[in-house]
Amino acid sequence: MIRAVKGISFELIRGETYGLVGESGCGKTTVAFGIMGYMARNGRISKGRVLFNGKDLTRMTPKNLKNIWGREISMVFQDPDSSLNPSMRVGDQLAEVLRILKGVSPERAKGKVLSLFELVQLTDPELTTTRYPHQLSGGMKQRVCIAMALALEPDLLIMDEPTTALDVTTEAVVLDIINDLKARLNIAILYITHNLGVVAKICDRVGVLYAGRLVEEASVRKLFKDPRHPYTRGLLGCIPELGETKLTRSLFSIPGSVVHPKDLPSGCPFSPRCSLFTPECEAYDPNPTEIEKGHRASCDVYEKGMNKAMGGQPQTDDRKAFQPLDDGGSEVLKVAHLRHYYPFIRAAFTGDLGRRRTEIKAVDDVSFDLKRAKTLAIVGESGCGKTTLARCIMGFLKPTSGSISLEDQDLMVPVEKRDKRTLGKITMVFQNPESTLNPKHTIGYAIGRPLELSRGLKGEPIRKEVARYLEAVNLAVDDAERYPWELSGGEKQRVAIARAFASNPKVIVCDEPTSALDVSVQASILMLLLDLQTRLGTSYLFISHDLSVVWYLSDYITVMYLGKFCEFGKTEEIFNPPNHPYTQALLSAIPIADPEAKRETLRLTGRVPSFVNPPTGCRFHTRCPRKLGKICETEEPPELEASETHKIYCHISINELMKFKPVISR
Amino acid sequence: MEKRNVVSVRSILDRCLRVVGFLRRLARSRSGLVGLLILGLWISIMLVTIFWTPHSTSDFHFASRLQPPSLKFPFGTDKFGRDVLSRVLAGCKEVILLALTGTLLAVSLGTLIGLTTGYFGKWYDEIVMRFMDIFMSFPGLLMALLVLAVLGPGWVNVIIVIGVVFSPRVARVARGAVLDIKNKEFLEAAKSRGENSFYIMGIEILPNILGPLGVEFSVRFAYSIFLSASLGFLGMGVQPPTPDWGLMVNEGRDFIKVAPWIAAFPALAIASLVISVNLLSDAIRQLAAGEI
Repeated sequence: MIRAVKGISFELIRGETYGLVGESGCGKTTVAFGIMGYMARNGRISKGRVLFNGKDLTRMTPKNLKNIWGREISMVFQDPDSSLNPSMRVGDQLAEVLRILKGVSPERAKGKVLSLFELVQLTDPELTTTRYPHQLSGGMKQRVCIAMALALEPDLLIMDEPTTALDVTTEAVVLDIINDLKARLNIAILYITHNLGVVAKICDRVGVLYAGRLVEEASVRKLFKDPRHPYTRGLLGCIPELGETKLTRSLFSIPGSVVHPKDLPSGCPFSPRCSLFTPECEAYDPNPTEIEKGHRASCDVYEKGMNKAMGGQPQTDDRKAFQPLDDGGSEVLKVAHLRHYYPFIRAAFTGDLGRRRTEIKAVDDVSFDLKRAKTLAIVGESGCGKTTLARCIMGFLKPTSGSISLEDQDLMVPVEKRDKRTLGKITMVFQNPESTLNPKHTIGYAIGRPLELSRGLKGEPIRKEVARYLEAVNLAVDDAERYPWELSGGEKQRVAIARAFASNPKVIVCDEPTSALDVSVQASILMLLLDLQTRLGTSYLFISHDLSVVWYLSDYITVMYLGKFCEFGKTEEIFNPPNHPYTQALLSAIPIADPEAKRETLRLTGRVPSFVNPPTGCRFHTRCPRKLGKICETEEPPELEASETHKIYCHISINELMKFKPVISR
Repeated sequence: MEKRNVVSVRSILDRCLRVVGFLRRLARSRSGLVGLLILGLWISIMLVTIFWTPHSTSDFHFASRLQPPSLKFPFGTDKFGRDVLSRVLAGCKEVILLALTGTLLAVSLGTLIGLTTGYFGKWYDEIVMRFMDIFMSFPGLLMALLVLAVLGPGWVNVIIVIGVVFSPRVARVARGAVLDIKNKEFLEAAKSRGENSFYIMGIEILPNILGPLGVEFSVRFAYSIFLSASLGFLGMGVQPPTPDWGLMVNEGRDFIKVAPWIAAFPALAIASLVISVNLLSDAIRQLAAGEI
């Protein structure tokens, strides 16, 4: 019997959003399902009550519970694709909810559906009701799900990571809608997430979960400003704050990893990883106690230690920041006018007459340089072409035209034809730690094979080198005998990094290496990457959609949209005006883990145009909030130089762009 | 030199232990246990009959022809007075070895085809798989007879036939398994190291498709037993006087009313072997899926 969750008590109040925060495996979804009484067959509530509007849900019969689901308590899930029936029009699905659960007549249902769609700010509600889910974008689908959840006017809305699968700009729109709904409908929202930035944006109160226990609860301002539990402090220390870069400080990472519920120690569950651990913690029964009004925490170490002046984050203050390597770096990777088009035969199904050959311009005239020991980040939302660009550089795809050279070696050759010397010089770290390693090979083999190929070693020398690399990425030497399934996600990614470094590359392409990892793990991986870069002088091409990580980590940033670069510059330059309008929209959309951060709200309307029919002229003009006029539709934007290193591709002049207020003010 | 010997003995022991561990896991499921017991019994019989059978399998006992089961001849005698028990016991050698070798051939060939079509794709994949479809559209027995008509009867040809008839099915399973993992990033990592296609297919992909292949092997093994018995029935398999269960069933056909034991016991033997292998393949499937 595994006790997944213990001793959780909290209150949800109308008109308020309560955020339930924790990393993967902490029990947040279990809590949500427990509230609903919707658990798996082998799960049950063994102790405690769930009082909803005065009624105890744990004592209700399944039949009565079913009456509550959808009517008084509703839920929105993470993946809109699996929440909607792909074979029904969305209007019909929503009408079905009204008809079956409330007995609304079909005519009245139609009207209600339209008003619900307007509530969630779907453009053109009439047309949307006739659409099938696959014809809608992710953001639109999720809004439909929210509309469905609100159809019967519930008192409580539970949302389980509803925006995790969405792009940043879409997420911002949906979060705005959620904020708006809370005020208008006077409902309570339980918002489950692992993203502290989102919490800062929309939650009023926050509860932090760790290993199935509530470790802290406070108003959102209090939690971020004055956290009282070591875990909360650790979490906040892992996230780079506004304006922090690698040159300012190191990121804190919580040592160890989350423990399985069956291996929990007695007393405080966080004790194995806590830097303030004392032997008393083992006997300590960690139920959250009230520290001050509205603020509970299950650790009193800060209270007791107040006299000892234990302010600040544990251990973060004495970590050094990174020293930049010499600035006269030589060029390592040079990409010029790279294009990758591939033919696309438009089938008759899309409603066009006949079959026409068109080209998808996945990468359209991209140029940049990467210097030694520097990090260039390519930022863009899904489908902008950044992964295609990476694959062209790696040689998995054959570019249509342009040039790529790595220290005078031509990389326009597909990877099968590259010679041995070139192969080792550029390697890649992939996004998904679960599939980045061969499950049938040991870790030692995974790292040893590139060593063998690049240096011709075999046998004992390889074992020694593998041990060295494992130590360099903070893994145990014994791990060489292990298989990937024995390691955690973060550890697998470390192995992937060790493997990438094995051939002593000049450039490593990192394709969203931390997107699939928890916040604390992400911090340790980023620190590892920085550490290795400082020691070995490797350059990184860092692909990401997470601007806050990129702000922290990189020296140069380029923003990509629909196959073209919009802006290119040094990190400090990108985060201040002048900026490309798309960059501004991104900056205004990224969740920032600081409830007090002031930001301009710049929301993008419309959908990302498809590659098959890209907009003429400036590709961004269909969604640009600062569109000048006809010129944006007809002519490609020129390259404007805001500084020697800062380039913007826009029709608006630099002087005009300078005039816009900075999106993020500190 | 000494170190090397120790290492190789160790690795052999290691492999034996792994096999034992594998068998123990199979035995955890009911079907696995029963399957292992019956197959184990037949394999033991097979090993024993290499050296000894109760009576000779080919000696005629003219005085005791068509005798029902008795103490001297527990399974009775056939029309030539041969001991049915001895022939049934000895016959398992041929069936098992023929079916096993044939299945090995089918799985090897099928894996090769499946790996290459799955990995290379494009027109090669299309053409080869359409050929496989053509092969599969013939009923197995018919196809086997066609091939044997060309090659002539005999146990070597039966092995070849089993390989030819079943490799398309194995190829399809192997190809599907390859396609499942084709997009995984560790394969891209291998490509980025400049590994050639043979390495990627043999060392990166193959170990990951052994699960479905193992299940397929055991399923095909059962079918092969059946196929070789059917071919034996038609006289296309092992030639007399070597005992062949299928042939024995055929010979017993004429006497089914007066001496049913001549056909019944070989038939039961075939059935028990096929059932045990089927049970085992179910257990292997459960093992591959992590259910046991």
